[in-house]
Amino acid sequence: MVVITGHSGAGKSTLLKLIAAIERPTSGTVIVNGQNVGALRSSAIPYLRRNLGLVFQDQKLLFDRTVLENVLLPLQVTGLHRREAGKRARAALDKVGLLARERSKPVTLSGGEQQRLCIARAIVNRPSILLADEPTASLDAAYAGEIMEIFRSFNQVGVTVLIATHDEGMIERLRPRVLHLDHGGLAS
Amino acid sequence: MTRWLAQHAQAFALALRKLAATPWNAFSSIAAMGIALSLPAGGYVLLENAAALSSQVDSAPQISLFLAPDAAKGDAGQIESRLKKHSQVQSFQFVPKDEALERLKGSTGLADVVESLGRNPLPDAFVVQAKSSSPDVLEGLREELAGWPKVGHVQLDSAWAKRLDALLRVGKIAVLVLAALLAFALVTAIFNTIRLQILTQRDEIEVAKMVGATSGFIRRPFLYYGALQGLTGGAAAWGIIAVVLWVLNGALAEVSRLYAINIQLAHLSPEDSLSLFGFAAWLGWLGAWMSVGRHLWQIEPR
Repeated sequence: MVVITGHSGAGKSTLLKLIAAIERPTSGTVIVNGQNVGALRSSAIPYLRRNLGLVFQDQKLLFDRTVLENVLLPLQVTGLHRREAGKRARAALDKVGLLARERSKPVTLSGGEQQRLCIARAIVNRPSILLADEPTASLDAAYAGEIMEIFRSFNQVGVTVLIATHDEGMIERLRPRVLHLDHGGLAS
Repeated sequence: MTRWLAQHAQAFALALRKLAATPWNAFSSIAAMGIALSLPAGGYVLLENAAALSSQVDSAPQISLFLAPDAAKGDAGQIESRLKKHSQVQSFQFVPKDEALERLKGSTGLADVVESLGRNPLPDAFVVQAKSSSPDVLEGLREELAGWPKVGHVQLDSAWAKRLDALLRVGKIAVLVLAALLAFALVTAIFNTIRLQILTQRDEIEVAKMVGATSGFIRRPFLYYGALQGLTGGAAAWGIIAVVLWVLNGALAEVSRLYAINIQLAHLSPEDSLSLFGFAAWLGWLGAWMSVGRHLWQIEPR
């Protein structure tokens, strides 16, 4: 588990986006699991992303679909069988404590629940790396604590978790390895 | 393989649901497409019927075969037996030169001139009905008959056949041009429909790309949507033509009764109907494909 900190504009989000090939490097190389992401052909990017779980600041939930359908999307993309996909999606919702809300629309969820829904969507594919950009930014301390616990539990089962944040409480609580970025460079 | 099929079924179901979600939009664009397609397809139907009608009406064109002036009675008999055996000849009629002269006297008011001739200048003749009405076959037959011994001159009265053929050909070109223009309009209409859909589904596409959807996965429902819309447009055109023919046939029944001939307009043959559906679906698919290719790459997760 690694936490990336730094002032606004230090490049935290950019680093995560480079890893997910949402942004492409203009110089240097990005290597994920031995793969040079910067040089990846665009047709190969989907397969890279299936191995990543992304939790972003603007949550990008689909508000015209139910909670369950939002979580099902990554599995439909990989063409998983419907019954198996349903099982896995419910398991992911269960992990973030939203199983009871599977038929609701995301609008009816609170901010913390929406964030947890994003996490469920990010982990439903069983990715080996979870990238989270300011996952606790808009949440009060209690929700933030819940989400940190969720991240910790993933880390314990072997998922690499990369979190960009300037939430000091998170660093104190999780005691992770911390990378400090300053103006796009690694400070400590 | 089953996974591939399942994904296609899923995309197809999604496209169907999208069509059903906005029934009025779908209806109006399908109706517009149906009308656009029914014009060239209807024109084609009329041409096909005209061609069928012209072959149905007693129209086997005549060939007039004139014997050489020095031909004897026996030569005429020989030609007669050769005509009997010929496979392209449906029937024929012998017109002796005396009878021809009588007819000329009676019909044209040239009696005085004919009287003054002193001897009959007309040759014996055969009027031959060919089995085929195709101009090429007729021309071939004419040349063949002209090569027989003691045959003076063979005249092919196929001018009208050629004229009809030329007219039908002009009609076919007009229908083709119309079809090409309307096909282009249809493709652009679908192009715009899909463009709007892509824009309204921006978020969905972004999220799908974020969770690792291939561009094929994202493209598929749009392509199915375009093809479905084209196909239903083609079916609508078929229906429009069917209704128009039904109305026309009602009116034609009266004409048929008065003229004691059977004129009924037939719809497209099953093969042609299938081609219409396939072509319409392909046009829809093409419009969607162009639109997706043009607009999808602009949407990337940020």
